[in-house]
Amino acid sequence: MGVVEFLQSLKNGNIDHKDFSAKFNEELKKLRKFEFFQHEEGMHGQGLPVSIKDNICVRGMETTAGSRILEGYMPVFDATVVERVKKIGSVIGKTNQDEFGFGTFSTNSGWGIPKNPLDPERSCGGSSGGAAGLTAALKMPHIALGQSTGGSISCPAAFCEVVGLTPTYGLVSRHGLIDYANSMDKIGPIGKSVQDVAWMLSIIAGHDAKDSTSLAVTAKDYTKTRSIKGMKLAMPKEYFVNVDKGVEKDVRAAIKKLEALGATCEEVSLPNTQNALYAYYIIAACEASTNLARYCGMRYGAEQEIKGDFNEYFSAVRTKGFGEEAKRRIILGTFARMAGYREAYYHKAMRVRTLVINEFKSIFSKYDAIVAPTMPIRAPKFSEIKKRTPLENYQMDILTVPANLAGIPMISVPCGQFTGLHIIGGHLQEEKIVSIAAAHEEGK
Amino acid sequence: MVADMVKTIEKIAKAARLNLSEQELQKFTADMEDVLKAFDTLKKVDAPQEASYQPVDIKDVMRKDELEQCLPQEEALSNTKNKENGFFKGPKVIDK
Repeated sequence: MGVVEFLQSLKNGNIDHKDFSAKFNEELKKLRKFEFFQHEEGMHGQGLPVSIKDNICVRGMETTAGSRILEGYMPVFDATVVERVKKIGSVIGKTNQDEFGFGTFSTNSGWGIPKNPLDPERSCGGSSGGAAGLTAALKMPHIALGQSTGGSISCPAAFCEVVGLTPTYGLVSRHGLIDYANSMDKIGPIGKSVQDVAWMLSIIAGHDAKDSTSLAVTAKDYTKTRSIKGMKLAMPKEYFVNVDKGVEKDVRAAIKKLEALGATCEEVSLPNTQNALYAYYIIAACEASTNLARYCGMRYGAEQEIKGDFNEYFSAVRTKGFGEEAKRRIILGTFARMAGYREAYYHKAMRVRTLVINEFKSIFSKYDAIVAPTMPIRAPKFSEIKKRTPLENYQMDILTVPANLAGIPMISVPCGQFTGLHIIGGHLQEEKIVSIAAAHEEGK
Repeated sequence: MVADMVKTIEKIAKAARLNLSEQELQKFTADMEDVLKAFDTLKKVDAPQEASYQPVDIKDVMRKDELEQCLPQEEALSNTKNKENGFFKGPKVIDK
């Protein structure tokens, strides 16, 4: 049952809320072994059950962004998206993620590793792994709020075979989101169907005075889809290089289906794809290293007994609180901003970003959307992930990172085992990509 | 390339208030060399002078200069054990 239908049934009295909540909480208990939650609250309120990624502040609910350094942090306010969600539903808990979003497989969390419900030996993807895993495992109405910096909604959605919608940068307020990279962070929904995520976007989108990067636009009804007949789709050839053969086959079959429904598809080139990946990692590490400077064991989060001078105290708290990937990115980001290297890395990456944005603009002046695989591989087994170096892991994000760098919207819809079809649109073209995703899902 | 990566990382870790173990230092040095070798390909990219610090055009927005309700002191202090007389308590900054 879709969430719109569920809320209607609830309103009409066809579903007893008490009954539903009891069943829902029973179901949640059965899923504990998958470690989807950082903090599980259960369904106690009214309306739709909504899970919130652990890096989004919920008043009075432990919020740690997957990091031990924020252990015990109880926000005294709700993020804007949470305020909006509470009008239609209840927060059932905080979903597990890579620490601050630093990862592709949710293996970098301070709170256990979420397992893919379709095969527990495999990763849910990351960094919104708990959100996508829970969505896939739950057989009852629910929507997850995830968040993406470089692909953290699309990737887990593909690996868990659910739908993930990453909106245009600035369409959804970031107020109350624990920053990873401010110029790229976006909150978006993960759900069982295209209609579910489109509906949730209508709830959370729209201008917010509390976020200075919030766009001056009002939310639309994104569930209103249109025919894809006559739409022009672009297939970047670079997005099919080094892609698992099985994934490629599934995605090409899905694109053929869209063509059968009346869309036309052409091969195009995005020559700066590999450059976009490197520019992304430099910018993301730079912004992350400045954001993580605030965690020092004072005012909130993990603390220690105050000993030594401030340098000794801050260093002791940070050394214990941050995980390995967080430390790696602090070092990388601090390096790339250092005098002597800033021009070559940080500023150059920002200039390459202009190049990448222009490349996308040129594509969207001729085409309605880009279609490609979401991830170059199917959800990997944990044993395979362990063998990879950090650079090899970063490379896995090559298909999601360029669009995130450009702040354009994207949606991943399941199109095979542990895999997704990625549909990317121009700025604020959410209705278009939702329409294409819905056509793929419904086959009409 | 960076001449002495181990020393550079030691310096960065100190600036970023991280105490690295010898093992971490070696690991991060190897990782940095690997990553920077890849990132160095950007140096050859012919990119426009204009840098995009944001992905979309963002204008400065000013809020009205009006008095708003602020956080009660008790709530502001609710997330720490290290407090005294309504203040946050922190480590020593200067010696007397």
